[in-house]
Amino acid sequence: MAAPDVSLLRIRGVTKRFGGITANRGITFDVEAGELVGIIGPNGAGKSTLFECISGFYAPDEGEVELDGARLIGLSPDRVCRRGIARTFQKLRPFQGMTVAENVMVGALTRTRVVKQAREQAHEWLRRVGLAEKAHAHARTLSTGQRKRLELARALATAPRVLLLDEVTGGVDQRSIPGLVELVRELHRGGLTLLVIEHNMRVVTAVAQRIIALHMGEVIADGAPDVVARDRKVVEAYLGQAYVG
Amino acid sequence: MSAPAQLALQDLDVAYGDMQVLWGAQLTVAAGEIVALLGPNGAGKSTLVNTISGLLRPRAGSISFEGRRIDGTPAYRRAADGIAHVLERRRLFPFLTVHDNVVLGAHNPRARPHREETLARLQTLLPLLKSRGGQLAHTLSGGEQQMVAIARGLMAQPKLLMIDEPFLGLAPRMVAQIGELVRRIRDEQGISVLFIEQNVELSLKLADRGVVLESGRTVLSGSSAELLRSAEVKRIFLGDFAL
Repeated sequence: MAAPDVSLLRIRGVTKRFGGITANRGITFDVEAGELVGIIGPNGAGKSTLFECISGFYAPDEGEVELDGARLIGLSPDRVCRRGIARTFQKLRPFQGMTVAENVMVGALTRTRVVKQAREQAHEWLRRVGLAEKAHAHARTLSTGQRKRLELARALATAPRVLLLDEVTGGVDQRSIPGLVELVRELHRGGLTLLVIEHNMRVVTAVAQRIIALHMGEVIADGAPDVVARDRKVVEAYLGQAYVG
Repeated sequence: MSAPAQLALQDLDVAYGDMQVLWGAQLTVAAGEIVALLGPNGAGKSTLVNTISGLLRPRAGSISFEGRRIDGTPAYRRAADGIAHVLERRRLFPFLTVHDNVVLGAHNPRARPHREETLARLQTLLPLLKSRGGQLAHTLSGGEQQMVAIARGLMAQPKLLMIDEPFLGLAPRMVAQIGELVRRIRDEQGISVLFIEQNVELSLKLADRGVVLESGRTVLSGSSAELLRSAEVKRIFLGDFAL
């Protein structure tokens, strides 16, 4: 099915307006299979909006999103997920009334209708993210760091080809960050393609081989971490003109 | 710094449940100083200011104001002691008038007897308090709301005014006006100001000094001129590759 020479994920001219505010303006980039791309930008740059557009939560006003050459625009989020794009949320959204394992089963049930199989997969993912011993706890009893891991396990259980992580270290106790970073690295080593929104520049430059910087809804830089971190427009967006050069 | 600190925080640890956000934070503000509290998202800036005003309790460490420990006292007592806190996103009472919002700031027993004279003085500083006094707060623009929120803080007759993101979401012209207001508050009334802001250059051009938080630790502090040249600031906001 996969057409040769086509990038796994193609974002073409994605524009999303909210009234007078253009949250995404003509965003264009490709992501190759196996890449780990960091998405950075100051507050309000349009990072989360871009994830909403890719995952089908918003319909962009203009532009195309393609996975393996197939259009995703117009598909509902669950269909986008079945096509192979999973995401986590910045504001964590576990199903509070369910156990940890049941939460992950919801993800697994997008791929199998056999509950027993879904349960086995859920336990396997919980083991992978280091939450096995919490499998039967209620989601609401988890700490923030554990809930981040739960979100990850639930997304992974949908067997994505591309995983979108929105602030996986945000709001997490400092001590939990290295473990989460290592987990992301491990998923990448396993061949998963990842787009990672991250405020913490240390984290993002440590995990990503490529960084895309957004500012006021537009891509202002796209390249290797060391190049992007020194880019004139990026420095100006984060710190101001005084720090350029 | 030679002048004795008006506000001094030492080794402050603050946590939300199992999540520790501040780790041994240090900060001083001298009387009459404008200090910018800087740092990337999630560094703990609002948590620090909320702890100073008493909305949060530190797990360890001390807060002294004018030489006295205040970290055990409730927030309303700290307001009476002279610490006013203008909250992030202004938090006006949307369905009260501008006048009523402002007057509520003078609730503490030290400020209350002087309410009318303080209001009259603020009306000269900010004419909109009078011209728009009868208008419901939610009908004002963001910048106007910020002015009203600052006025409400000033009604408490503070010695230290803390403002959480005074410029958030404001148009450039309004940013300049609010910056000018902050400077006048200090120059004309001698009130110290501690403010949080995302835009580093803008903050340092307004402040005398800056303190930078990184992942819950106060890692850098210096005069605005020093910080504007600092490679370390670049590293904190943009990572090691930025150097």
